[in-house]
Amino acid sequence: MAHKWGMVVDLDRCTGCEACVVACHAENNIPTAGEDQAARGRAKHWIRVERYWEGDFPNPRIRFQPVLCQQCDEAPCEPVCPTYASYHSPEGLNSQIYNRCIGTRFCANACPYNVRFFNYYNPTWDMPLQLQLNPDVSVRSVGIMEKCTFCVQRIKSAEIQAEAEKRELKDGEFTTACAQSCASRALVFGDLNDPNSEVSRLSSSNRGTKLLGELGTKPNVTYLERGTWEDATHG
Amino acid sequence: MQPTAEQIEQDLLRPLFHSSGKYWVAVALAATLLLAGVAAFGYQLYAGIGVWGLNSPVFWGFDITNFVFWIGISHAGTLISAILRLTNATWRRPVTRCAEAITVFSVLIGAIIPLCHIGRPWLGFWMIPYPNERHIWPNFRSPLAWDFFAISTYLTGSTTFLYLPTIPDFATVRDASTGLRRKIYRILALGWQGTPRQWQRLETAMFIMAVVIVPVAVSVHTIVSWDFAMTPVPMWHSSIFGPYFVAGAIFSGIAALILAMALLRKFLHLEEYLRPIHFQNLGKLLLTMSLLWFYFTFAERLTAWYGNSPPEMAVFWESIRKQFAPLFWTMVVCNFIIPVPILAIKRFRTITGTAIASCTVVVGMWLERFLIVVPALGHKFLPYSWGTYRPTWVEVTLMASSFGMMALLYLLFSKFVPMISIWEMKVGLQPHGGVPVVASADGKHEVVLEGPQ
Repeated sequence: MAHKWGMVVDLDRCTGCEACVVACHAENNIPTAGEDQAARGRAKHWIRVERYWEGDFPNPRIRFQPVLCQQCDEAPCEPVCPTYASYHSPEGLNSQIYNRCIGTRFCANACPYNVRFFNYYNPTWDMPLQLQLNPDVSVRSVGIMEKCTFCVQRIKSAEIQAEAEKRELKDGEFTTACAQSCASRALVFGDLNDPNSEVSRLSSSNRGTKLLGELGTKPNVTYLERGTWEDATHG
Repeated sequence: MQPTAEQIEQDLLRPLFHSSGKYWVAVALAATLLLAGVAAFGYQLYAGIGVWGLNSPVFWGFDITNFVFWIGISHAGTLISAILRLTNATWRRPVTRCAEAITVFSVLIGAIIPLCHIGRPWLGFWMIPYPNERHIWPNFRSPLAWDFFAISTYLTGSTTFLYLPTIPDFATVRDASTGLRRKIYRILALGWQGTPRQWQRLETAMFIMAVVIVPVAVSVHTIVSWDFAMTPVPMWHSSIFGPYFVAGAIFSGIAALILAMALLRKFLHLEEYLRPIHFQNLGKLLLTMSLLWFYFTFAERLTAWYGNSPPEMAVFWESIRKQFAPLFWTMVVCNFIIPVPILAIKRFRTITGTAIASCTVVVGMWLERFLIVVPALGHKFLPYSWGTYRPTWVEVTLMASSFGMMALLYLLFSKFVPMISIWEMKVGLQPHGGVPVVASADGKHEVVLEGPQ
């Protein structure tokens, strides 16, 4: 059976530690923007932890919301690309085909989640970060868009391995870099077409919502949230 | 007092054969501006497009503002001139040529801007559908692909539309010149002899082009609006955008035309030809479009406000009350509050009056495009990812150079082509309201050039 990759983000578990962000940078060869560029709004994180404050001092509540590409089934970024660089893969991923991209940035404007990033410059890494580049992931040049791939290199290598061993992929056999590094297990990745996978089970939880689900983008990422911050910490 | 046929020819050919020192200074200034833009673009290619002020989430800024602005200006010519031709408005005669030239040059500029704005300009030709090593067509679902076809169609159509009525004038220049110039204009005149048969064919071709170019012009700016309206971005995703953009385009186009005519009149000494009546009539059109623009803007804003959806309201308040409020209210003043009294009161609807109103409209319509592009992108759904935009000197230089390019092309055009159609002015001299009667080969008299007026 074909796979359909999805993720669950448990907001009740997220501590906002940003280990996922660092892991994603390391896995996917995302350059660090640097202070100046970040100040100009050029920070580039395929996954980011959004912070929202509620209430006033002395009792403010802070909420963390990791946001990555929602790998929408009805992705607004896909039809607008004139060169088919944003492409819907048979396994439900919103792929970005770097070679096809001419950099119109239309996809980024159409994306309601702002999870697509443009290479305003050729990438550079501060010493010694360039020594840990991942050989399985291509480095993106100036002038093209990039985005979360659900660690497609890991998906592909696991699929190839399973095929070589003539067996089905097992749930939890591999995961994305962000989910792997999440200490509180707030991120769970897996196959939504496998009804017994952890991600399928959690996705159907009654705590589940879709981010901006009202837009009809049909995301494959489900957010779990019980309710209040007190519930999350004491409940 | 009407000038005679000889006088018309003499007056309108003069700029082709004699240019003042001032003219060459203007050419040099315009060329310098254009070269500054070429240099800025070279720097951008060398250093990376990061030298622009764009960021995440504002991925479009001055680039697309200027693109929409110039495509808008292009609606001066072809549309106005086609409508005036089809309705047989006789006062159009001295106006059409300079209007059609604005169209061709501003569409050209509008077509170049997206090529400079994409991340990898050297791959811009991937928009063209051709059998290629990538084994892939352009994505016909993408509004940008529609844009590509709309703009290339419009550029071809408006160039043809400009060229056709120029053929008899090219022949006039050919007959008035010698040497190399004569050879060049002989080619441009396509063997024009002025036989009744040629006139008839020209008239038919011009009629077909006038009919065809109107829906093309409307579709072009509608498709430009769909670059925005087809996305789920707050305040972009609106069905009013198509007509709103077309109305705005005609609005800014008429303003550009009035400005160009005022300048031509002054510098080419065309007082006899571009008379107050032309500015009066175009001023009335500009007034209509100003009222229409206000109506559309009001309808768009009121609908958003009543709908009260939080993401739309974020953009709404950002543009009218917060960060972009100074620009928004300047736009309202420039597009409505200043031009309407000037254009509505007959005493003010003079050449100077309409030129002042046109200046503010051009500024106001540029601001309108900026306010469509930037506030919405900076305030999409998730407040954490909100941002703003400030252009860098590179973008400002590129914008200035687009004006330089327009000025340069227009100046050079006026050196090589009579800016007012000589033969159409002569037709206007004929009795029966300008319906020349030419004997045909079979001895019968037939009417050519124009229908009854």
